[in-house]
Amino acid sequence: MYNENIFHYLRTNKLPHIWCPGCAHGIITASILRGIDKLKLDKNKTSVISGIGCSGRTPGYLDMNTLHTTHGRSLTFATGIKFANPKLTVIDVMGDGDALAIGGNHFIHACRRNIDITAIIFNNNIYGMTGGQYSPTTPVNAYASTAPYGNVEPPFDIVKLATGAGATFVARGDAFHVALMDKIIEQAISHKGFSVVEIMATCPTQFGRRNKMKEPYQMLDFVANMAVSIKKWNEISEEEKEGKFPVGVFVDETRSEYCESYEENILKKVQRGEK
Amino acid sequence: MKKSYTHKIFKNLCKSCSLCVHYCPKNVLEIGEDRKVVAKRPEDCIGCHMCELRCPDFAIQVFECQAEEQKAAK
Repeated sequence: MYNENIFHYLRTNKLPHIWCPGCAHGIITASILRGIDKLKLDKNKTSVISGIGCSGRTPGYLDMNTLHTTHGRSLTFATGIKFANPKLTVIDVMGDGDALAIGGNHFIHACRRNIDITAIIFNNNIYGMTGGQYSPTTPVNAYASTAPYGNVEPPFDIVKLATGAGATFVARGDAFHVALMDKIIEQAISHKGFSVVEIMATCPTQFGRRNKMKEPYQMLDFVANMAVSIKKWNEISEEEKEGKFPVGVFVDETRSEYCESYEENILKKVQRGEK
Repeated sequence: MKKSYTHKIFKNLCKSCSLCVHYCPKNVLEIGEDRKVVAKRPEDCIGCHMCELRCPDFAIQVFECQAEEQKAAK
């Protein structure tokens, strides 16, 4: 019933997709499509852009105006598309390494500009496609192919990073709580301004197998046990917060949007011949 | 009257990750002999759609049966 119209938005001849069995990327993709369907967006006026990595495969399966770009630079392409044609709904899907390591600079500057793009970060805590190297969001003490003794680097908090950089809609969801994720993604797509949605995903093949969670459901349970709603998060003690993360909408505000302020302050002045 | 549900399973998309089997609260689904998911006990289904929402391969959809179909099922 929920996925009734989902094949309308999919390139069915490309299915089944290449993601591993039990990979949460498919759950998130379905959630994005349900959001698009619920908002009744025209698929010819929707653009989905991605970088490199497992998450970068997403646009290949979507029957929309899609673009698969270079590593970490998907936001720059998305900015160009939105800027050239502000009527399009632009959604950018990125992985954690794509958004924060290789494209870290593009990410914070897109937040600062507040251009009307929805950036959805598939955070699976690892570089899954290239062989399980640790990424900027790998938790401390987790094992990875480049961290055989456990990771010692503290991870990024994407929500705090995006809030600090000036994004006007910041939210976090997880692949287990699908109803919440659907709600957040729908809100993010309809928000005017730069919206960042971090979705805690799973990687049973590269992360799970190295961290004693080789079954897909163990990995999804692991994410589910870490997620705490914002309301509950404010009530629990510091010790209980250890190893957990809050889910929900953190920032939802309005600020002047980049395309509009550019047209207002530059294009119109140029047309009038002012200096 | 108890509602009944049908399960539409796309076997060509299923990768037998068994997430749907694990998260079904009524134990309706099973991995069959061909390593694809089958609805073994559809009469137990309560229509929570957990399998549909958590399937990463878009391989399962749950529909509520119409009134006539429900009578026929009885």
